[in-house]
Amino acid sequence: MTIAARELRVERWTPASRLGAMLAAAAGVALATFPFWAPSDIMRLVVEFACLLAIAQMWNLLAGYGGLISIGQQAYIGLGGYGLVVLANDAHVNPFFCVPLGGLAAAAFAVPTSRIVFRLAGGYFAVGTWVVAEVYRLVFANIAALGGGSGQSLTALIGIPRDVREAVTYWIAIALMAATTGGVYWLLQSRLGLALTAIRDSETAAESQGVDVARTKFIVYVAAAFGSGCAGALYFLNALRISPDAAFGMSWIPLLFFTVVIGGIGTIEGPIVGTLIYFVMRQFLSDYGSWYLIVLGVVAIVVMIWAPRGIWGLLAARTSWRIFPLAHIVRDPRVDA
Amino acid sequence: MVPSPLVEVRNVSKRYGSLTVTANVSLTVDAGEVLGILGPNGAGKTTLFNIMSGDVAPDAGAVFLAGADITKLPPHERCRRGIGRSYQIAKPFGGLSVYENVLVAALFGGRRSGREANAVCAEVLELTGLMRKANRLAGTLTLLDRKRLEFARALGTGPTVLLLDEIAGGLTDHEAQDVVATVSAIRERGIAVIWIEHVVHALLAVATRVIVLDAGAKIAEGEPHAVINSPQVQRVYMGVDVEVEVGA
Ligand SMILES: Nc1ncnc2c1ncn2[C@@H]1O[C@H](COP(=O)(O)OP(=O)(O)OP(=O)(O)O)[C@@H](O)[C@H]1O
Ligand SMILES: [Mg+2]
Repeated sequence: MTIAARELRVERWTPASRLGAMLAAAAGVALATFPFWAPSDIMRLVVEFACLLAIAQMWNLLAGYGGLISIGQQAYIGLGGYGLVVLANDAHVNPFFCVPLGGLAAAAFAVPTSRIVFRLAGGYFAVGTWVVAEVYRLVFANIAALGGGSGQSLTALIGIPRDVREAVTYWIAIALMAATTGGVYWLLQSRLGLALTAIRDSETAAESQGVDVARTKFIVYVAAAFGSGCAGALYFLNALRISPDAAFGMSWIPLLFFTVVIGGIGTIEGPIVGTLIYFVMRQFLSDYGSWYLIVLGVVAIVVMIWAPRGIWGLLAARTSWRIFPLAHIVRDPRVDA
Repeated sequence: MVPSPLVEVRNVSKRYGSLTVTANVSLTVDAGEVLGILGPNGAGKTTLFNIMSGDVAPDAGAVFLAGADITKLPPHERCRRGIGRSYQIAKPFGGLSVYENVLVAALFGGRRSGREANAVCAEVLELTGLMRKANRLAGTLTLLDRKRLEFARALGTGPTVLLLDEIAGGLTDHEAQDVVATVSAIRERGIAVIWIEHVVHALLAVATRVIVLDAGAKIAEGEPHAVINSPQVQRVYMGVDVEVEVGA
């Protein structure tokens, strides 16, 4: 077709989102000062928060955008964690440097794994990803050199002063939080993200409009494995000890469902909101034993019934707030604002 | 220059269980033609489109585009090679704006750069009457606007062959005339159009040729008015709630 029409002026940022970005940057700088004054239990909490947020962002990318409902992301969390332990303890790589390497290890495993699980659709895909994670758990439990079923400690950290260890771990966590959230934002507002959002809304239509659905999903699957692997490595750097059950266990999955679904699946803000809510509830309710889990479940059910698009979805539908705007807004006299 | 035929469907068949939905159908279309497809509900019209666009694999037969066998190609690859389609039941990207819906088509199907894609969107939105609603979320559109968006997206891919599945159903006469005018304009650019439509008078206003499907099989083909008035086609439509008003 001949391109005769004049171009439309398209905006992607709004004044509100510029303000939001500045506030987020300010919050990041403030968080980075914690090691100079905050008690170490608060810092450990922030590290845990960062791990869960990073994994939640990755899972949201898969499930909320790619339509890939994986219940086996713990495979990559665990591979990242074991990547850290093996490289740091046995290969004597600087343990802090092992966090991104753990992510790379997870991504390397994700490439062949995707060839298998992508043959499965819908519910079978979900079960397939879980089976893969279980296979990894059993394999690692049977490697005597890695401590078998009882796992091993991160001995590579011996000799590093405690305050240095805690501060560096903490800064890595802040960097991971910024990198996963920023990375997801960067990805979603790129061409690939437009394709992914189209796939989220109608896979059939996306495919028939020229989107290579299989390739797009593959890229996202490997990227999510990388992010989850980094988060897994960081988590076990913070925990100082790894075992196959902790690394490849199912317990991550309800957490991810909770944070992503409560916060708002298919939005970048959703996992942040969901992770915040989870941590606040955990702080206030964890003394009440099983009641804590019951309340968590009730909150999840209530939100899913009355706000199926999550808390952020509810807010976004009623206001025009977007901290991470993705829309192309056309500014033209021929177009309604 | 333009290969002839531009599209060829050769002896395709498709069954769902014991139901034969496409029975050894063949057709050809050239650039600048508008081929109308008629047939009662369930005749297999949409299935034929699905076979051409790659959404459904035929049990037998082949599809050729510009002489190349594309039967085994996935839908996105066929789209990039020039097959643009709309869906009878609209499938908008509900969480994206109207502009972004067309942008997907232009960037991926049309393989346009960012700036070119922007200009394609401007042109297509103007042509399909959606410009004013460019910023609206596609999920909030009315049924009619969803049909317009299906049309716009298919055009946005920069097709050499455009497959339109009932884009005039439910429109007022005036609106249907607009669609007819747009289809004529597209044809004049040298794009081949295949148009499934129950609104026969709209179809007859632009079709250069018509085929009729019944129970999966092609039962008639030829000059539009002659086909419509043939006894065999009249018999198929008898008792079927379709308006066969033939205005020359
Ligand atoms: N995936 C499927 N599985 C089983 N049967 C199918 C499938 N798709 C279509 N059919 C059946 O095939 C027949 C032809 O369907 P098709 O949608 O091609 O008809 P159509 O001519 O487009 O009808 P309409 O005018 O109602 O749009 C129908 O009987 C339909 O129920
Ligand atoms: Mg149909």
